[in-house]
Amino acid sequence: MPVSVNHSRLIYDALKECGIGLVSALPETWLVHLIRMAEDDPEMILVRLAKEEEGVGISAGAHLAGTKSAMLMQNHGFLASVNGIVSCAQLYRLPLLMLISHRGEFGERDPWQTEGGGVTEHVLQALRIPFAYLDAPGHVAHRIRKAQTLAYSSNKPVALLLCRDLMWEE
Amino acid sequence: MLRIDALQSVYEKLQDRVVITIMGAVAAELQAIGHRPNQFYLQHAMGLASSMGLGVALTRPELSVVVFDGDGSVLMNLGGLTTLARYRPRNLVHVVFDNESLLSVGGFPTATSTGSDITAMAAAAGIPRAVTVRTVEDFVAAFDEAIAAHELTTIVAKVDAKGPAGFVTDLALLENRFEFQRWLKKAGARTAHPAS
Repeated sequence: MPVSVNHSRLIYDALKECGIGLVSALPETWLVHLIRMAEDDPEMILVRLAKEEEGVGISAGAHLAGTKSAMLMQNHGFLASVNGIVSCAQLYRLPLLMLISHRGEFGERDPWQTEGGGVTEHVLQALRIPFAYLDAPGHVAHRIRKAQTLAYSSNKPVALLLCRDLMWEE
Repeated sequence: MLRIDALQSVYEKLQDRVVITIMGAVAAELQAIGHRPNQFYLQHAMGLASSMGLGVALTRPELSVVVFDGDGSVLMNLGGLTTLARYRPRNLVHVVFDNESLLSVGGFPTATSTGSDITAMAAAAGIPRAVTVRTVEDFVAAFDEAIAAHELTTIVAKVDAKGPAGFVTDLALLENRFEFQRWLKKAGARTAHPAS
C-alpha cells in the first residue's frame, strides 16, 4: 500500500508537538499509518468511531475538560459531520482541529471517491471554516501548528486537507 | 413517571458530578430545578450529548460524568452506543429519558413507541449494564447502583410525554459553555472520585 509512512509520521509528530492528547478516527486508506501511530502511542487516547460526527462531540467534551484533540477523517466523513460541526462546535464556539483526507482530487482512481472531492472545499467555505492544504512535507509541521493556533484563538473549527501529493507515493 | 420528578429525585447527587444534557425539556426542567455551573446543556446537535460525555469521561477519569439523553437523540446516534460500549468508561452514567416522542417539536412518536427497545440495543451494543425503569423509586435505585457499580450503565427511564410550557431559558448558550469549562478546570483539584 503506497500510503506514505514518512509523511504520515511527519503529520503525527506535528500533532504531538501541538500537545494533542486525543484523536478520534474512522479508518480510510490514507489514514492507516496515522491511526496505527495513535494505536502504538501509550500517551494518545484513540477513539474509534462508528460515524465521524461522533468525533465532534467527543472533541467538544475533551476540549471543555482540558485535553487538546484532533479528528482524522475522510472528506466524506467531514460531509457526514456537518450538523455536528455547525450545531455543536460552531454554536458553542469550540476549537476543532480537523484533518481531512482529500479524496477525489486529480489522480483519484476510485470512481466512488470522485464526488466528494469536488464539493469539500465549497462546503468548508460555506461553513466559513478556515482551511489549508497539506500537499508537501516542508510545510506540514508549521501549517498544523498555525491551524491549531487559529482554532484556539478563535474558538472555532479549522481544517487541513491531506492531499494525494503528500499522502500517496506512486 | 414524570421526567422532572426523576431529575428532582437525583438532583442533590449531581452536585459534584459532570452533568451533560440534551436540548428541549430535559435542559429546561433541570434549569427549572436549579442551574449549577457543573451542568452543560447541549441545546442542539442531537445525538452528541453522549459523545460529549464520552470525551469528558475518557480524558478526566477522576471525575464522575452523568449524561441525560433522550430517545429521539439516541435514535439519531445509535452508533454512539457502540462507541460508548467500546471504551466503557467506568465513570459515566448514561440516562435516557424515553417518552416515546419528539416532545418539543409537536410530540410526534419515535420508534420506541412502536417497540424499539433502547435498553436492549444498549445491551446488544455491549454496554455492560443496561436497565429500564418506570417509577421514580426504581430510577433512584438504578442511579445509585450505577454509581456504586462503577461501570458504564445505561438507564432507560420511561417517562410521560409531558414537559414544560417553553424551552428557552435565560441562560445564554455561551455563558453556560464557558462557565462549565471553568468548573471543569477547577474540578480536578477538589473532586476525588465521588463513586468510590
